[in-house]
Amino acid sequence: MLKIEGLTAEVEGKQILKGVELEVPAGEIHAIMGPNGSGKSTLSYVLSGREGYEITGGSVSFNGVDLLALEPEERAATGLFLAFQYPVELPGVGNALFLRTALNAVRKARGESELDAMQFLKLARERLKALHISEDMLKRGVNVGFSGGEKKRNEVLQMALLQPKLAILDETDSGLDIDALKIVADGVNALRSPDFSALVITHYQRLLDYIVPDRVHVLMHGRIVQSGGPELAKQLEAEGYASVQAAA
Amino acid sequence: MTAHPTGHPSGAEGFLHRFEGLRSRLPGARLDFVDALRGEAAEAFRQQGFPTRRVEAWKYTDLRPVAAAGFDEPLTAIDTAPALPPAHGAARAVFVDGRFREDLSQLDGLGYAAANLAVALPRLQGRLGGLAADGAQPMVALNTMLFEDGLVVTVPAGVAAGVLDLVSVATASERPEAFHPRHLIRLEAGASLTLIETATGPSASRYLHNPVYEIEVAEGARLTHARLQQEGDAGFQLSTAYARIAEGGTYDNFTLNAGGKLVRNEIHAVLSGPRAACHMNGAQLLRDGQHADTTTVLDHAAPDCASRQTYKTVLAGRSRGVFQGKIHVHQIAQRTDGYQMNQVLLLSPEAEIDSKPQLEIYADDVKCSHGATVGEIDAEQLFYLRSRGIPEERARAMLVEAFLREAIEGVQDETARAALDAAVTRWWEGQEAAA
Repeated sequence: MLKIEGLTAEVEGKQILKGVELEVPAGEIHAIMGPNGSGKSTLSYVLSGREGYEITGGSVSFNGVDLLALEPEERAATGLFLAFQYPVELPGVGNALFLRTALNAVRKARGESELDAMQFLKLARERLKALHISEDMLKRGVNVGFSGGEKKRNEVLQMALLQPKLAILDETDSGLDIDALKIVADGVNALRSPDFSALVITHYQRLLDYIVPDRVHVLMHGRIVQSGGPELAKQLEAEGYASVQAAA
Repeated sequence: MTAHPTGHPSGAEGFLHRFEGLRSRLPGARLDFVDALRGEAAEAFRQQGFPTRRVEAWKYTDLRPVAAAGFDEPLTAIDTAPALPPAHGAARAVFVDGRFREDLSQLDGLGYAAANLAVALPRLQGRLGGLAADGAQPMVALNTMLFEDGLVVTVPAGVAAGVLDLVSVATASERPEAFHPRHLIRLEAGASLTLIETATGPSASRYLHNPVYEIEVAEGARLTHARLQQEGDAGFQLSTAYARIAEGGTYDNFTLNAGGKLVRNEIHAVLSGPRAACHMNGAQLLRDGQHADTTTVLDHAAPDCASRQTYKTVLAGRSRGVFQGKIHVHQIAQRTDGYQMNQVLLLSPEAEIDSKPQLEIYADDVKCSHGATVGEIDAEQLFYLRSRGIPEERARAMLVEAFLREAIEGVQDETARAALDAAVTRWWEGQEAAA
């Protein structure tokens, strides 16, 4: 599904990613853990195509497509979804309009028919109900005045509507209480299938109690320095990153 | 009707020349008070001519393209039916090249008085020119000198008049034409009216639409005045509105500048009685080569009044926007609550905005704030939309619409708000088609 080879990237002339090697097969959920400043968020932004990151080497293949050659909207259309660490507020843009525009743009790019307002509303209500999110969320401006938890729920709702093949969750657990954490985890777990993969980026092990990963990777100083099964996350929680640092 | 323009003078002289020739045939020529007003206006216009940029109020808007063009009176109306913009209600007054078209209008059985100025003139002594008496306004003087027609509305006390469409259509012409409609709107105590005005014109025809409004809002009355300026791309519109709002009355003006080559929207509003309110909001959406100027002068002349101004300007290509907003709080106007905001979104590095807020406060217990921002489309917001699969152009359009929506949301009348929303959408569709 996703294959990253020798990926190096700079921000404002400073090298952040120093040769990332990572492969996420279809149907698997992988976690990337690492201390602050290790390059976790940079990796998620480079994968989703945000400006301001200069890719200096390596490649990223997504289902055989050269991901780095695509515009952000093309990446979304091929099935990539980034759940933001800090979802952006869009004053004046209604959430329902935003969600429908996004869904229809992606459907159109995939050669599927666009949904009219009624069809969309029906689908959105189903997804909201499944995620235990209040319908009020559709009526508000995108993320405007949302609490931290509501913003993350809105990310999960977008993911549930867009049905990506690969979801990247960038520290989606930061600042969440346990109820919100469960909603996020349920949203990811509901998408689990042989065609769906996820890359869960997190600082803490807590989220991984609810989204159990197939593999855990440790990112430090711009490289994957250790990989293992779910038990690696527990070990990191108990011993801290210093032990890995020593081992690396 | 008019001699053809073989070498007749252009600019101010051309208009004065035409006035001398037409004076005895203009509407109201046999009414002494009308003829006297026209004579005084002609004298004022003769002395001042078109304003130049040396005049402070016109510092940012250069009228030389208007002054240099030789304009004719519109030809006598031919009975063609031009394409009309969509109607927002049953009542409507249609003016083609500045002249009332009864066959296209619907002003019967309205429960209030609405007529065209040429017919209503004999009853307008004391009212015509009552508010627009400012001799220092050359464009107003030009209007007074040459007006042929306009809309006269009087809504009696307590009557909720609903929606009235005021439509101005300029027709295509080989020769540049000028028309100067004069509109008089009066709401008596407790009355209400939603006036939705649409001005359109053909592309590639040069013309001047120079309307003047005299607006009286009596005690507790409420006027919503939505103006959709969608003139043709070579058209000039220079409008001047005077509004006087009495105790507890509300004047809610929203002007959308989306067309025209060179446009000025000038409003003078006086809050003359306690607890009166004035909202002057607007949006300017300018493409390459367009110039639009919003100039407001607001007088807080009574205590406990509130005023709200939010103007949003979106500039594409080499366009130029101007905002001048003056708030004058008189000594008597204690507990004034004034707010003025001018926000600009630049879509192009070649666009230019001039912004000049001005507060003059002579009362001591006053809450008055103003602000101005200039920015580009937010890169974070754009990326967020694109990361959800929304193509860049559509994402930009959504953010521009969102930027404008805040100003439009301030319009309380639903019909007017929907009309403005639709006009913004049409502008974007045109913008995308042109790109």
